[in-house]
Parts: sequence; structure tokens; C-alpha cells
Amino acid sequence: MNINEINELAQSIRIDILNMTSNANSGHPGGSLSSADILAVLYGNILKYDSKNPKWEDRDRFILSKAHACPVLYAALAENGYFDKSELLTFRKLDSRLQGHAHIKTPGVEMSGGSLGQGLSFGVGVALSAKLDKKNHKTYVLLGDGELNEGQIWEAIMTAKKYELGNLVAIVDKNGIQNDRFTHEVMNLNPLPEKWESFGWECFEVDGHDTESLIQVFQSVNFENHTPKVIIADTIKGKGVSFMENNPDFHGKAANPEQLKQAIAEINNQ
Amino acid sequence: MDTASTREYAGKKILELGATNPDLCVVGADLNKSTFTNLFAEKYPDRFFDVGIAEQNMVNIAAGLAASGKIPIVSTFAVFGSTRPMDQLRVGVAQSNLNVKVILTHAGLLTGEDGISAQSLEDISLFLSLHSFSVLVPSDAYEAQAAVELAVNTPGPFYIRLSRPATPVLNNKNIQLQQGGSNVMVNGSNISIFACGYMVYHAIEAAKILKEQHGISARVVNIYSLNPIDESIIIKCAEESQFILTVEEHFKYGGLHSLISQIVTQNNPVKVLSVSMNTYAESGTSDELINKYGLNFNSIVEKVLANLS
Repeated sequence: MNINEINELAQSIRIDILNMTSNANSGHPGGSLSSADILAVLYGNILKYDSKNPKWEDRDRFILSKAHACPVLYAALAENGYFDKSELLTFRKLDSRLQGHAHIKTPGVEMSGGSLGQGLSFGVGVALSAKLDKKNHKTYVLLGDGELNEGQIWEAIMTAKKYELGNLVAIVDKNGIQNDRFTHEVMNLNPLPEKWESFGWECFEVDGHDTESLIQVFQSVNFENHTPKVIIADTIKGKGVSFMENNPDFHGKAANPEQLKQAIAEINNQ
Repeated sequence: MDTASTREYAGKKILELGATNPDLCVVGADLNKSTFTNLFAEKYPDRFFDVGIAEQNMVNIAAGLAASGKIPIVSTFAVFGSTRPMDQLRVGVAQSNLNVKVILTHAGLLTGEDGISAQSLEDISLFLSLHSFSVLVPSDAYEAQAAVELAVNTPGPFYIRLSRPATPVLNNKNIQLQQGGSNVMVNGSNISIFACGYMVYHAIEAAKILKEQHGISARVVNIYSLNPIDESIIIKCAEESQFILTVEEHFKYGGLHSLISQIVTQNNPVKVLSVSMNTYAESGTSDELINKYGLNFNSIVEKVLANLS
């Protein structure tokens, strides 16, 4: 995809997120919107996959550790042909494949989540397996910054370094807000790049809403070395919707019908 | 009576299966000498991952390996591999029905002098509560080997509960286990005793004493598969026995007694009595502990005599 197509994809993903969460009258729009450009770039330009054969052995693996942000993943999957877009409105409804937190019953979802802190360890297992089988596919794990409160993340960070998992890329959606409050108030993570680097990871920092920069940083990753990589993406929670941006209230609350109209109008005007 | 260690024999079986099964991997947490997975590690270093003292990480790494087609064995002590990564076992393994084999050693009371933090009296209850896990509690070293073989060759998550000390050998070398299977170790008509793990030995010894000294005929069922469980033998025993006694090296609640009681009450209610742990214990030798906390054959005999009409 070219950059315009990726930006259009990001816009479609944002509208899908808003429609899904409002239709469900629940879900997590804020942290989904903050990841929208990252997923648009990954699914538009970076990941190797076959949406008609989701279990293709040589596919790159994308693991959503912050599984509450599944609307962004479902939208990216539907927009790229894994299943029909009409299914998105079944999100959080009875008998749907689109569960409230990501589950492997959905085509294209690699890991069942919903309890934070587990996805990087899972990604280590996937990357170890690829290395063992001398496969070239890559493993990408999307983490929330609040999620880094979990000690298990740092266990996985050490393990990836020990096993020289150059085929593993962690992405931190650093939107600065977690459930209760701003992350620097709940548990200050700074200086974050230095933390990862001191554990032996190669660290990249990028504006998580600048799709050109995101493409550049993903393309610049050197998979020939044996060092695991982390891309810290500076993002805005609720990005694209004025009243959701940087507003902790929209971590786990959907827009009401009136707000939804305004939100979609804003996205369409961008 | 010969004795052998379930954990050592299981470790040897894992090593053996490594030769024929290239997908078999082991993920350990710095206790691999004690769990005997070091045997596998020495022979197959590429397929052995020591993640350090990080059990939660260990379980999700195993899940990632399983999702990629490997057959990972998770190996540590029962106290560390059950309570600590319970969330990872639940969300990361059970809810995705992943092919992870959790083989934990040093279960039950018999971790001797290490005291209560090392005594695993909750693990059966916890793994039974994880809906999709098959749960196997082998009664001796040969059953431990058969349990490992069954788990590795059967898709889906398994828990295998092993002991620390060498325990009496009750079965022959070629014993095979089945999911939902059981073995009648002693035939009897008055009462039925259900036991699993090391307690099967004590149940058999108790049955001998009851027969020889008291003229009581006790059937002993080795109920090695707790999920799925052999309901038919339980219902049969309920129909044919004055009462059922369950014997377990575990807390009463959520373990074998709860499980058998549930099945009996829904079918043919008879009394279901329990020999089990009812309190946290303390440091001591294995024999001292099972004597003091009432898990040995004498306690079983007393329980039966006190309740016979």
C-alpha cells in the first residue's frame, strides 16, 4: 500500500472502532484509536499474511497483548479481508466470533488475551519456535504502556535477550493513560527507552501517528542480528476524536449516539 | 517393597520421548535438576528453555510454543507451577485449549522438611477448576511414565501430579493409562476406597489390614484420571458398597473427595467419607507428617472401622 492508502485504512479502522464500540455500548475505544495508525501500517505495509489462509505457516505473527484494544485488531482484519466487515457489528454480542477481549476463535487472532502482561512471553514462545524451525517469519507484539506495570513483561524482556530473539519486535503504544489515570501518576515508566536498552534490546522511538515515520522505522529493523527490538510509539489515547483525546474517561467507555455522530464527522474531516 | 521416584521416571520418559518426537520441548524455571528435566536438557539443548525463576513467563512461553505446533512440557514444583501462574494457565492455556503439558513434581505433603510453603495441597483443586485441563495423578513411577506418554500423545492441556520421594512400586512396567480410566487394585465387597497418587499404596495396605485383622472386604480403586473421571466405577461402587472413602494427599475441598461426592450425589447417594488434609502442616519427615496428619494406612483403617455399621 502507498501512504495515502495506509492513511485511508487508518481512517476506516478508526470509524470501525467507533461504530463497533458504540454499537456494543461498551469496549475500549481510547486505546484502540491510539493503535490505529500502527495497525494500519503493519497490515497495510509490513506484515506478511494471507487473509484467506489465516493459519499460513510462514505468516508473520501479530500478537495483541493489550487485548482490550481488540476493536482495532478486528477492524484491521476485516478491512484486509479476513472476514466480512458486516461482522464487526457483532462485536461483544452473543454468538459472535468477536469477543470482548481478543480470542483465537477469530480468524487472524493469534493469542487469547484479556489479562495484561502475558503477550510478550507468548511472543517469546512463538519466536523461539520460529528460530528452532529456522523459519524467517517475524513476531510482532503490541503492548500498552500501562501494561508495562506487569512484572511478567520484564521477565519476558530478559528471556528474549537470553535467547537472542532477533526475530521479535515489541511495540509499545505509549498513549500515557491507563484505566484510572495518567501512567506517570499510576506508575512512572520513564525513562522508558533506557529501561529496554539496559535489558539489551535495540530501541526505536517514533511518533505513533506519523504513518510515514512508522513505515520507515518498521522497514529499518535489522532482522539479521540477534537482538530483540522494541519500537516505542508515542501516541495519543483516543486519537482522532477531540473529546476522547487524552481523556482517561474513554479508556473503557463507548461514545453515545450523539457523540458517535460527532466523532465520525471529525474522523471524516481529517 | 521396591520403591522408585515418580519424578525421576517421568524425567526419563520425557528424555525417551524426545528421541521420537521432534516437536517435544521443555520449558523450565531453574528447578530442572530436581524435576529431572535436566536429562532432556543435556540431550536436546535446542529444545530446552530455562526461563529462570519466572513461572508466569514460563507458562505463556509454553503457550506460544504450543500455538506454533510444538508440544511444550512445563516443569517445576507443584507449588510454583500452580498457584503462581494460575492466571497464565487460565487465560493463556485453558481458554485457548492449547497443547501444553504441565508436569509438576514435589506435590502433596511429602516435601518433608521444607515446610508448608513447599507443600502443595491445593493444586488438584486448581487444575480441576481450569475447565479444559486433563488431570492425571499417577500412583507410582511406572504410572508416571505412562501418564507422560499419554499426555504427550493426546492433544490438549494436561496436568500431571508427581511426588518428591521414592514411593512403592505398585504396577508393572508396561502399565498403560487412559483418559478417564481407573484401576481396581484390590477387589472387595463391603466398602470402596478411592485413592490417587501415593495414597493408593496406603489404601492397599489398609485393605490388607481390614481383611486380615477385621474380616472386612474393601475394594481399592486407583482413580488416576481426575478429569475426565471414570464415572461408571464410582457409580458401581456407590451401588455395591456400604460407603465410599476417598483418600488424598490434598486439602479436602476441591480435590478427590469433592469430585467423587459430586458424582455420587447425582446418582446413587451413599456416604462418602474422607481422609485428607484439613490444615496447613509443618516441617517434618515424610513418615512423621503422614502419621501426624492422618494420611497413612492406620488412619484409613480407623476411619473405616469407626463408620462401619
